[in-house]
Amino acid sequence: MILVFIEHQSSQYKKATLETLTYARKVANMTGKECVAVVLGANTNVAELGKYGADKVIHVTNEQLNSFDDKLYTQAIGEIATKQRASFIILTNSSIGKHLAGRLSVRLKAGCVSAVNKLPQIADSVKVQRGVFSGKAIAEYEIKSDLVIISIMSNSIPVEESEGKGVIETINLELPPNVIIIKQIKKVEGEIPLPEAELVVSAGRGMKGPENWGIIDELADVLGATTACSRPVADSGWRPHHEHVGQTGIAIRPNLYIAIGISGAIQHLAGVNNSKVIVVINKDPEAPFFKAADYGICADLFEVVPRLTEALKKFKNSN
Amino acid sequence: MNILVGISKTPETTAKIEFSEDGKSFKSEGVNYIMNPYDEWYALVRAIELKEVHGGEVTVINVGTISNETVIRKALAIGADKAVRINKETSSSWDTASQIAAYAKEHSYDIILIGKETIDYNGGEVGGMLAEHLGVSFISFASKLEFDGSVFTVEKDIEGGVEVVELNGPFVLSAAKGLAEQRIPNMRGIMMAKRKPLEVIEPISDEGFVTISQFTKPAEKVGIKMVDPDQMDELVRMLSEESKVI
Ligand SMILES: Cc1cc2nc3c(=O)[nH]c(=O)nc-3n(C[C@H](O)[C@H](O)[C@H](O)COP(=O)(O)OP(=O)(O)OC[C@H]3O[C@@H](n4cnc5c(N)ncnc54)[C@H](O)[C@@H]3O)c2cc1C
Ligand SMILES: Nc1ncnc2c1ncn2[C@@H]1O[C@H](COP(=O)(O)O)[C@@H](O)[C@H]1O
Repeated sequence: MILVFIEHQSSQYKKATLETLTYARKVANMTGKECVAVVLGANTNVAELGKYGADKVIHVTNEQLNSFDDKLYTQAIGEIATKQRASFIILTNSSIGKHLAGRLSVRLKAGCVSAVNKLPQIADSVKVQRGVFSGKAIAEYEIKSDLVIISIMSNSIPVEESEGKGVIETINLELPPNVIIIKQIKKVEGEIPLPEAELVVSAGRGMKGPENWGIIDELADVLGATTACSRPVADSGWRPHHEHVGQTGIAIRPNLYIAIGISGAIQHLAGVNNSKVIVVINKDPEAPFFKAADYGICADLFEVVPRLTEALKKFKNSN
Repeated sequence: MNILVGISKTPETTAKIEFSEDGKSFKSEGVNYIMNPYDEWYALVRAIELKEVHGGEVTVINVGTISNETVIRKALAIGADKAVRINKETSSSWDTASQIAAYAKEHSYDIILIGKETIDYNGGEVGGMLAEHLGVSFISFASKLEFDGSVFTVEKDIEGGVEVVELNGPFVLSAAKGLAEQRIPNMRGIMMAKRKPLEVIEPISDEGFVTISQFTKPAEKVGIKMVDPDQMDELVRMLSEESKVI
């Protein structure tokens, strides 16, 4: 069977999770195997998973699983995978997925590849691909174990609804107590997290100072986009650290990346060059970012950004 | 507090990325190598800071050939006390993790710090593997690590926010931006590094199941369309009708 691990927050699923489930459904179709979703901890919405292709949902309801503890999660998923003879374990390439991929790989003696961005090729061995050298190249990996563990990069496959029986099996496992105590979660309110965002508006040192960010926020609001920034902007405290994209920040692959007052240094590009469409606004015609862009506007950002916001408002109103 | 820090070597961030004709191997000729930024700037420096407050020793470990010793000496110059090099060109994250685990099992460390990911292969897989080998927790993407003498408090980046957790050592932790401030080695550090111990040990045999079969370069952009700054309506139209992203 194809085991897909389902992350949830208060019984809600993020887009990235449903993408992972869609991916698992497709692997199940390719291999003629069953797609089994594993849900850990309290969740009142497991029935929903059938809609995205789960043939079966195994819901483990131990209390210790209500908050994330990597050792316990590994044990629970590992036990189910072994008992049900999984041939794939499919995770989301998220913070949680990053903890589990390597652990499960060692525990189950299985090859693992993280941040996979395409469906696999399945023959005698399994081949998957992912970005390497910070997006400057693509590597194809060959996995030669009976069990294959992969984590799926967000925005690699669109969410699809499909038939799955969604039969729910509720179980309790024998698990030790938690060792990690979560004291607090500080969430950034209201925004789609950067790795999941389809539309991103990003700004750099060309903004001159944090007091000028109003025009960026307005543009992002009209678009329903998430905001990002270059590294010096985060380093100088103009914007929070979690907005920093690039080689030493977050790597993203949105559908649209609008870069405003960012020069396009190679380390910045490394985190964003897999975006589907890139729009660059910069007053310097020589800015390296133009070489990586689909659309370029060579102008003063303080004039052109409000104009773009207006044009988008007009477009939204007429649609 | 005895701390083990995993350090790796990666091509410098501006290095040209090229592959052999057949796409089977990375061309390393003419490439300058550096210590992986997450390892150097954050994991190593935080380890040294904790040692400065709580005493003990910082050991850096690298799985790699003799050519990695420049990077290892730099770690000693920044302030690590001693170094271990496991003598082999690592073949995968699996290989790296099992080599480090074999060494760590023979010694006892209060915590093991590594970088969030290597900027060449961007795997971020070593930490989880290492923690599972050692049977300890793994905390990834830590941006803050404090120790009050008995309990560790960690702030870690999660999607759209930060999570604060408490736990006891030993554990493996991967360092993200914010964990520490980069330190530049000074002359005295560089001189002292020459005399610090660097032990070379032979690898265990453990190759794993994953190999890279092919490298390719992403498709080049077909060419930019310049848009007149007075024609923002036109840009919006193209984004909607041509690229279909809005
Ligand atoms: C090891 C390493 C890792 C790094 N990692 C990252 C990373 O992850 N992410 C990252 O972003 N950087 C990273 N950097 C830094 C990177 O090299 C650049 O220094 C940085 O990206 C530059 O940021 P910027 O484009 O905002 O600023 P600048 O380079 O100063 O560019 C500002 C741009 O704004 C334009 N501009 C100015 N005023 C206006 C105006 N009124 N209208 C329109 N345009 C205007 C200018 O023409 C210029 O192109 C890294 C560097 C190193 C050495
Ligand atoms: N060859 C190596 N020797 C020692 N530590 C390594 C090596 N490769 C990776 N690491 C450590 O593991 C971290 C994550 O690497 P990776 O999982 O390969 O992205 C790095 O930031 C290093 O701290």
